[in-house]
Amino acid sequence: MAIIKFTLNHKQVIVNGDPNRRLLDVIRNDFNLKGLKEGCGEGECGACAVLINHQIVNSCLYVLANAEGKDIITIEGFAETKRFAVIKSAFETAGAVQCGFCTPGMIIATESLLNANPHPSEAEIKIGLSGNLCRCTGYNMIVEAVQIAMKAGEGLW
Amino acid sequence: MVKHIIPETLSEALKYLYQGDFQIIAGGTDLMVQNRSWSETPVNFTKNMLYCFDLLELKGINVIDGRVEIGAMTTLETIMNHPGVPSLLCQAIGEMASPAIRHVATLAGNIGNASPAGDSLPVLILYDAWVELRNMAGFRMILLKDLIVGPRKTAMHPEEMIVKIVIPIHNFDFESYIKVGGRKADAIAKVSFAGAVEIEDDKIADIRLTFGAVGKTVIRNETAEGAWIGMTITELKTGIWRLIDMYNQLIQPIDDQRSNKYYRKTVAINLMKDFIDRL
Ligand SMILES: Cc1cc2nc3c(=O)[nH]c(=O)nc-3n(C[C@H](O)[C@H](O)[C@H](O)COP(=O)(O)OP(=O)(O)OC[C@H]3O[C@@H](n4cnc5c(N)ncnc54)[C@H](O)[C@@H]3O)c2cc1C
Ligand code: FES
Ligand code: FES
Repeated sequence: MAIIKFTLNHKQVIVNGDPNRRLLDVIRNDFNLKGLKEGCGEGECGACAVLINHQIVNSCLYVLANAEGKDIITIEGFAETKRFAVIKSAFETAGAVQCGFCTPGMIIATESLLNANPHPSEAEIKIGLSGNLCRCTGYNMIVEAVQIAMKAGEGLW
Repeated sequence: MVKHIIPETLSEALKYLYQGDFQIIAGGTDLMVQNRSWSETPVNFTKNMLYCFDLLELKGINVIDGRVEIGAMTTLETIMNHPGVPSLLCQAIGEMASPAIRHVATLAGNIGNASPAGDSLPVLILYDAWVELRNMAGFRMILLKDLIVGPRKTAMHPEEMIVKIVIPIHNFDFESYIKVGGRKADAIAKVSFAGAVEIEDDKIADIRLTFGAVGKTVIRNETAEGAWIGMTITELKTGIWRLIDMYNQLIQPIDDQRSNKYYRKTVAINLMKDFIDRL
């Protein structure tokens, strides 16, 4: 057992438990935040993505012990921001959401990318989204959504 | 019961390692998959775990005296974006996994995992990289090519850990890295090749050729390389069949489900041939 402290969606939290739990389970079960999904469970699909210190990370591969002191944002926390509003409307405009299973992860990937590089090229967008799988859209609409968000959100990133 | 220790300092970590039977976990991107358990249950580690990812002493990159020193817990993304890191390493990392993995995975973890398909290894071995190992009593430096002794086998002692990777900076005139895999971002390499050549007075002063994922460990043969030193690029190009013969004997791929060995060998040789053609 161990006591692990971190911030989750801007609130200081403490988890007392097995340090070898997956961050995915801690967030979904202990904090009842169900926006992130378990797809593959092994780092291939990005459905479980969260932001750790502003960078996209797969929570299914992230061990609780390594969360100590980190700043963790889930899609629920990110949904409170202006940046999210811009990305959401861009995804709607581009028709980048079908079943929606991949969408929280895609939005986290978009934020991680634009935060590091506010004006990515198409190739850079594809790299930014390369860890996220989508079974529905064929990706073009998602790349387009990122381009729309980048323009509409000029100055936000 | 498996123990879980989150040390606060390197010396504390080394004390636990000395007590024996601890496994180091860095970013965990290999270990979490290898020990995967049912969803919603803790990861099924079978050894006592030492969580070292947040040891500040092991984070960061220093460029000093003609070498780059990379702390063991520095993430791949940080390494890739650092201006002092040699270009082939940045390129190899750029083709590893996805941003979400690279934000967590470490170079020391790629080395510690010692997979025949570990993508940083051909490039690090091309650069003659060293690894600094530490235990309670002190430290030793070992060439990476001597550290990795077989698939998933290293020459590290149980009470030792990697604290740094040290890469001598060398200015080559030509450098190239190519990885052939499936889906680019998440593909574990089927075959990879790295080559570098330095020219002095129109003659080859240094030539290094490495192959990944075509043998039990990275293939590099300094005798075969040495045979070309002092020759011109034209001589190398006209002698390419002799070079190909040499590597046809040196490359003995192992079969696995990812691709068969004839395919791997042919691709490996072609990648080298392309590199020489483009010089
Ligand atoms: C989806 C996905 C895609 C991937 N794609 C690639 C790819 O394209 N190419 C590739 O090469 N790999 C790939 N990997 C594998 C993995 O991400 C890399 O090997 C990574 O570099 C491992 O680093 P880590 O810090 O996560 O290691 P960990 O899982 O923490 O550790 C790996 C091993 O190294 C040992 N170790 C770690 N740190 C130290 C230390 N300081 N001293 C001694 N031993 C240590 C551990 O005990 C363990 O045996 C992929 C993995 C996933 C899940
Ligand atoms: S569930 Fe984590 S990457 Fe697929
Ligand atoms: S919209 Fe269905 S998986 Fe992407």
